Amino acid sequence: MTGSQPLLDVRQLEVAYHVRGRSLLALRGVEFDIAAGEIFGVVGESGCGKSTLSAALIGLLPANGEITSGSIRLDGRELRGLGRRELRQLRGGQIAMVFQDPLTSLNPTIRIGTQLLDVQRAHLGGQRRRGDLRRRAVEMLTQVGIPDASERFGDYPHQFSGGMRQRIVIAMALLLRPSLLIADEPTSALDATLEAQMIELFKQLRHDFGTAIVFISHDLTVVSQVCDRMMVMYAGQAVEEGDVQSVFREPLHPYTKALLAAVPSRNQRGERLATIPGRVPSLSAPSDGCAFADRCTFVQPVNREREPHYVAWNGRRVRCNIYDPTSGYQSPPRREDVS
Amino acid sequence: MSLAASPARPRRAVPGAALLREVVRRPNGLLGLSIVVCLLVVVVFAPLLAPYDPSAQAIPDRLEGPSLHHLLGTDELGRDLFSRLIYGTRIALAVAVPAVLGAMICGFVLGLAAGYISGWVDSALIVVMDTLQAFPAVVLALALLTVLGASLRNVIIVIVVSFAPSYGRVVRALVLSTKENPFIEAERALGASTLRIVGMHIVPNIVAPMFILLAMDIPSAITVEAGLSFLGVGVQPPTPSWGLILSEGFDRVRDTPWPVIGAGLALMITTLGFTMLGETLRDVFDPRLSRLGRWGRR
Amino acid sequence: MSTSDGGHPLVRLRNVHTRFGAVRAVDGVDLDIRRGEILGLVGESGSGKTTLGRTILRLAPLTSGRIEYDGQDLSDLNRRQLRRLRRRLQIVFQDPHSSLSPRLKVSYLLKEPYTINKVPDDERYTAAELLDMVELSSEQAAKYPHELSGGQARRVGIARALALRPEFLIADEPTAGLDVSAAGAILNLLNDLAGQLRLTYLIITHNVNVVGYLADRIAVMYLGRLAEVGPTASVLDAPAHPYTQALLSAVPQPGEAGTTRRLLIAGEIPSPKNPPPGCRFHTRCPYAEDRSRTEMPELQPVAPGHTVACHYWQKVRDASAVSPAAEKTQGGGGCIPPIDHSSYESPKEDR
Repeated sequence: MTGSQPLLDVRQLEVAYHVRGRSLLALRGVEFDIAAGEIFGVVGESGCGKSTLSAALIGLLPANGEITSGSIRLDGRELRGLGRRELRQLRGGQIAMVFQDPLTSLNPTIRIGTQLLDVQRAHLGGQRRRGDLRRRAVEMLTQVGIPDASERFGDYPHQFSGGMRQRIVIAMALLLRPSLLIADEPTSALDATLEAQMIELFKQLRHDFGTAIVFISHDLTVVSQVCDRMMVMYAGQAVEEGDVQSVFREPLHPYTKALLAAVPSRNQRGERLATIPGRVPSLSAPSDGCAFADRCTFVQPVNREREPHYVAWNGRRVRCNIYDPTSGYQSPPRREDVS
Repeated sequence: MSLAASPARPRRAVPGAALLREVVRRPNGLLGLSIVVCLLVVVVFAPLLAPYDPSAQAIPDRLEGPSLHHLLGTDELGRDLFSRLIYGTRIALAVAVPAVLGAMICGFVLGLAAGYISGWVDSALIVVMDTLQAFPAVVLALALLTVLGASLRNVIIVIVVSFAPSYGRVVRALVLSTKENPFIEAERALGASTLRIVGMHIVPNIVAPMFILLAMDIPSAITVEAGLSFLGVGVQPPTPSWGLILSEGFDRVRDTPWPVIGAGLALMITTLGFTMLGETLRDVFDPRLSRLGRWGRR
Repeated sequence: MSTSDGGHPLVRLRNVHTRFGAVRAVDGVDLDIRRGEILGLVGESGSGKTTLGRTILRLAPLTSGRIEYDGQDLSDLNRRQLRRLRRRLQIVFQDPHSSLSPRLKVSYLLKEPYTINKVPDDERYTAAELLDMVELSSEQAAKYPHELSGGQARRVGIARALALRPEFLIADEPTAGLDVSAAGAILNLLNDLAGQLRLTYLIITHNVNVVGYLADRIAVMYLGRLAEVGPTASVLDAPAHPYTQALLSAVPQPGEAGTTRRLLIAGEIPSPKNPPPGCRFHTRCPYAEDRSRTEMPELQPVAPGHTVACHYWQKVRDASAVSPAAEKTQGGGGCIPPIDHSSYESPKEDR
């Protein structure tokens, strides 16, 4: 974090879903910040809350979801509590979002050119002439790698392949030069070679437009290729944060270690892959103490009583009693793996 | 197989008690269910509830308004209106339930054949179904009844014939989409026969929407019967069909409006009750279906 | 793991074509699968790999060509013979939940293979035994498919496939849709079962890491044809086909210093309805020349057991041998540091 104000500053974010009269906490105490132009990865498996996080950031929580506590500041401006009209102005203009499935992100009955123009008209109103808007859109399409953008401006989404559609969606998101782009599993539906192309595209766009990107994924290797810093989530909390190189070289949280160890590769032929037994705790039965305790290799009794705090460690942060001198965890840990 | 066993969307397997709870939780469901239960009680206990024999004529007392002797008054032949309305419930349901069930079974068989066998069988059946649906229901009904003769039994047949095609189409669509599921291919990979696949794997997965349609179609059937009887080509007097009561009451509305009011209200409440119940069932099982709207299939 | 059986291969495909109308999903495949081996069939969407798997099981129609199982020509068989043969070949489908009939309990689903095939009692596994084989507790038997997690559902699918004691198992995307931790457990299970039950596998996947970990041999498929076939180490270390090269470099391995300059191939896979003439890959290939446009390359040997369908494989191999110098780019996308597996050990498994 540089001395200047971060672009996105999230503090103690708490989000609950109201289901059948009960409130289930989907996010608890999530904190992080992103500098302008930074690519920030959010990694976690299903149920960790990353989709809830992206919805909360862009103000699109479902009707029964609510930000119950904490703050989200974009460029110093508090987003929580904004009215619907203000949020709508914000979306597209300063924050944009790209989803996983390009098939359903585009209206199949409207030509892509029209959709691109609509986005601009919604935000720029009558300020620009149609010709200008069209030119901007065609430039954007070319920049994301759509060949013959001008000729294909009048085509329908089904006339493009999956990879192309994802690029169009990205073009739509970046048309108004938002300062923050949230990409929710943008490459998960794509094949490896397309994914590689998309990763290069994201890096190039960051370079060309200076957009900060929140890159959400369950795939660690993808995150490691495109992100500067990353955050690992588990059971609705952030459990580790740091720059990508350090996290991979020296994972701190046992869950991060487990995730990294579980990725299969040819280097492990003949050995058993590491696994994480048990399941993610359900939202309706939160535990006292550490949420990962039941599945952790390094668990000690104190972990079942004391919820770990999010502490700083060597320029990174980790939510684990092992690294918190005040926790009562018996140090040193069983293995010399904090090296 | 009761409603309890098989919802359409596996994500919400709803056994009987939970289903009941879900329906009752919603105000529409509660009201609808209450009305339907009351109607069923009336049907079963009609002889106990009706103070008079519905066909008992008493000419001297004809066309009276409500009084202590006759809660809702009498009709032009001196018959007690209240009793006739109560017995009318029996007629309404005795026509509607078998008719809709019959339509469902016919449509089911046709739709299953069309969807699973495909090919020319499918094309042929679609032509049949489309042709039947192309006729305005009233015209079709009138034509059939002219040929068959007007009677309660024939009204049921007419309703079966006009409702079956829409069940057929729905079943066909469901079969087509279920057929594409990987688990069907998995069964084939294990060597399952067509009979087993259809019987054990396709049918159970498409039955649930049928019950919802049933609940929604009963009021339509009741209305159709009432309409046909009103026109004189349905149930014949002296059978106390609400439609007949309406039509007889119409002629004498200036003497006493109560037959019209009574029969009209009876029809309205019944239709409302079944429709609310049906829509609640639909919402409980699969909120996505609500996009079809009440008249979605027609 | 690869036992070379003196006689014929267990599965032999010769010039297999599978066409759906205009779509040429499988367009001329020759492949042998040896008894006891794990063959990984790798390709992206549109490659035809799933269709090939289904064709072997006669779930997709064989337009032309020949498939032999244990020496028997599959197209010769009548319905009854086919059914008996089906017991020896089984498949685990891609989507764990939608390949299980939603209205039936797990216990019934595990019994069904026996009911369908009229298997005598003494040859049946009980539901508890089958669940145990896939490391699930017997409590799962009373559940419905939607009550299972993705990993559990996939295990039930595997158990069903194992019920008939097959010799040959096709696993279609065994780890798709699973979280990293669950995926690892499934791969462990598949490995264990292969050893315990002496199974031959065909693993169909787009995930290079999975085949790198599991497979003895790899076959790479592109647009209905095989691009390269060979032992895992040989194919991964020195790929001879430009597509394989690109595929491998798109998925860098942790610890590999040389993969910072990724070989990106432009464009996307053409439609199987209208494949390019000559070499299927020439529209995206950095090595393509005139011959690529006119002449379809056939599989030719480049090393023991390693064949490739490329006119210019020598150039490709030379290029992969010369590792690009480790140009470490700063910031996101730099070299992934090696993962120290010794620093983590799974806690004891808890069913």
